[in-house]
Amino acid sequence: MAATYFTEDHEWVRVENGIATVGITDHAQDQLGDLVFVQLPDVGQVLAKGDAAVVVESVKAASDVYAPVDGEVTEVNEAAASDPALVNSSATGDGWLWKMKLSDTGQLAGLLDEAGYTAIIG
Amino acid sequence: MGADENHQSQDLKSLPLEDMHKAANARFGGFAGWSMPITYPLGVMKEHLHTREKAGLFDISHMQLFDLAGPDAVALLSRACPLDAGSLETGQSKYTFFLNEQAGILDDLIVTRLGGDHFMVVANAGNAAADEAHLREVAKGFDCRINALDRAFLAIQGPQAADVLRVAGIPGTELSFLHGFEPKPGWFMSRSGYTGEDGFEIGLPADAARELVATLFADERVEWVGLAARDSLRLEAGLCLHGHDITPEIDPVDAGLTWAIAKPVREKAGFIGATALLDKIAKGPRRKRVGLKPDSRQPVRSDSILVDTAGNTVGVVTSGGFGPSAGYPVAMGYVGKDFAPIGTQVFADVRGNRIALHVHPLPFTPHRYHKG
Repeated sequence: MAATYFTEDHEWVRVENGIATVGITDHAQDQLGDLVFVQLPDVGQVLAKGDAAVVVESVKAASDVYAPVDGEVTEVNEAAASDPALVNSSATGDGWLWKMKLSDTGQLAGLLDEAGYTAIIG
Repeated sequence: MGADENHQSQDLKSLPLEDMHKAANARFGGFAGWSMPITYPLGVMKEHLHTREKAGLFDISHMQLFDLAGPDAVALLSRACPLDAGSLETGQSKYTFFLNEQAGILDDLIVTRLGGDHFMVVANAGNAAADEAHLREVAKGFDCRINALDRAFLAIQGPQAADVLRVAGIPGTELSFLHGFEPKPGWFMSRSGYTGEDGFEIGLPADAARELVATLFADERVEWVGLAARDSLRLEAGLCLHGHDITPEIDPVDAGLTWAIAKPVREKAGFIGATALLDKIAKGPRRKRVGLKPDSRQPVRSDSILVDTAGNTVGVVTSGGFGPSAGYPVAMGYVGKDFAPIGTQVFADVRGNRIALHVHPLPFTPHRYHKG
């Protein structure tokens, strides 16, 4: 059973067998509007919590997506890079951004659950 | 995620039709001191494309209309702007500027002659107060009444805009591009816009604007279009945004806008900034405003510094984003004149990436004005 966590910076993290899948929340894609560019990290890249891992650009503005935890990138979603609108249409599904192998599962305890995130975005 | 969010400030002014935008579920943001609808649920991409295909309705009530009337109206405008106001026919509009003594662009304007000594000036929201103060200062000694109007102001833009108005029974669809008139008391209407498409701008009392909006929305070809798409539309059309592409530090020579200043006006040199402007025309531009097309899919935003292959600074981006009709990122900026020829390669540093751009002709999408 995969557990899903959230960050105050509007990322979601789904953890299964020590691998975290990361994307932006539906609220985030809605705030950004139509995305036109997604720059993914490199597979093998080691990220520390808080690193800018991905750049998403909408028609109007650019935003960073931060690594929610420490880990090494194991896979990136090329479909999101070739069709950024996928992140708008399916932010928490097919529009995921990257997967990473967790270095410290203890960091997950510092993330929000769905109720906590929902409370933040009001 | 770190997004550049627009936080509403309490000192922002509200549009007279704000409740209609709220009812349409617009997302608001601050612009030039106003709380403006940035996007509607359709989204910037579809709003943009809809405008190019059918008819987009924009609330531009943040812009300022000045009504000028009096025996010296022609003389005042010909002093305040590089314009021979007396040469305009009744009903004719002209793109012009307020310049400072250094020929820097204080604002860009559309001036329409409504009658012998009666003109309408449309100015940018962000410069409205400064423009009014400037105009009143210049007007000292001239017999001309200046009235800053409190109106709602709507723009309907797109290839079907004229037909939408015709079906709705709105007079004025016989106007040709850059012509205007007062269809009824309190109304001002011109065939003009800021999208590169055919269209109209209509200033009118707020109550009448509510009725007009309701009438127009009876036509399914009409959609609200927000400020975000207004910006992407005008950028594709190669039109300048004051405060970015033209500023008081930029003159019409560098901006490539001397086409707006007729030869006889230059020769007469009676306008503010004439000495500096003529000097700049004689010397030629130091830099040029150009279109810029990034080679990759990543948009290059305003204020990005442009460098050559060796890393020397050669220019700056003044507007940049994505062009939904073009289908690729689009930008505008200034480069040294050696870098201005179409096809010249320059580079921008975007968030640590070196992005190649090529100088591209403006506009990115062809203008489709109704020249009559």
